[in-house]
Amino acid sequence: MSEGLPPPRDPIDEIDRRLINSLQGDFPLSHRPYGVVADRLGIGEEEVIRRLRRLLADRVLTRFGPMFQIERAGGAFCLAAMEVPGERWSTVVAQVNLRPEVAHNYRREHRLNMWFVLATETPDGIEACAREIEQSTGLAVHLFPKEREYFVGMKLEVR
Amino acid sequence: MNAPYNAAAPLLDEIDRCLIRATQGGLPLLPKPYEAIAARVGIPESEVHQRLAAMLENGVIRRIGAVPNHYALGYTANGMSVWNVDDAVIDAAGEKVGALSFVTHCYRRPRRLPDWPYNLFAMVHGASRAEVMAHVDEIRALLAHGFPGAERGHEVLFSTAILKKTGLRLRD
Repeated sequence: MSEGLPPPRDPIDEIDRRLINSLQGDFPLSHRPYGVVADRLGIGEEEVIRRLRRLLADRVLTRFGPMFQIERAGGAFCLAAMEVPGERWSTVVAQVNLRPEVAHNYRREHRLNMWFVLATETPDGIEACAREIEQSTGLAVHLFPKEREYFVGMKLEVR
Repeated sequence: MNAPYNAAAPLLDEIDRCLIRATQGGLPLLPKPYEAIAARVGIPESEVHQRLAAMLENGVIRRIGAVPNHYALGYTANGMSVWNVDDAVIDAAGEKVGALSFVTHCYRRPRRLPDWPYNLFAMVHGASRAEVMAHVDEIRALLAHGFPGAERGHEVLFSTAILKKTGLRLRD
């Protein structure tokens, strides 16, 4: 799936903003969690669900649910980069994105112009997947494993 | 903050893996989402709560919530700033850079010499490239003042397209 810069959508209103900001924290583990969020915002449960459905359909939100850190379960994440020649760009995008291990992929302005994140169920899977991408594309894959994560907190406010 | 690779990694059982598969695409948009998941996995809803709480506790789940599309929210410029910082001060510098309000991810990663001399990655979001570059200059100034001489070069890699964004997918 390839996509350009900002997707067309209805403008988000003040309630959407408050909803998105409140959902960047912890979503309740309860029988009717959308109702709990609705009470906090002073709107109805159905409205929370309807707004979430629209925000996801319009791609204002890319997902809603648990965010897994697979390395805590024995798996691994790894940033990877490739230098893809312009004339082969769309073919290589398709080859790389085809792999389920590729969780995100971004085009960036640099000699290394494709940056993606591999997520695998075992640490060995990263190296194996990188080598397979090298074989299928004939291009080098540089791996940039996380050696240390510095605390950033949750701070991207919707404005 | 650093997730130790594999060291004492909590093991998931088959039910946990079913639970991950049932939720990795997102939570059901139904009034009782955990009940719907429980029905799919074949366990009581209370066990879904307990297992998700345990995964939140041990870090297998970072949080349950919404992932905004930065572009759609007006953060249309996304620059991956990369820095070559003296190994002697990299961790102290990384903590300072990560604490800046406009840095959304901050990691130490290996250099790939001779092509890639950078060991500190700080993601900067802004409403424009100019805003991102102004923030990058704040990082540069912070490093120059806090760690004189430790920064030996940097670059900013702007993203021009999201090619894929699905998050984790376990194989069936």
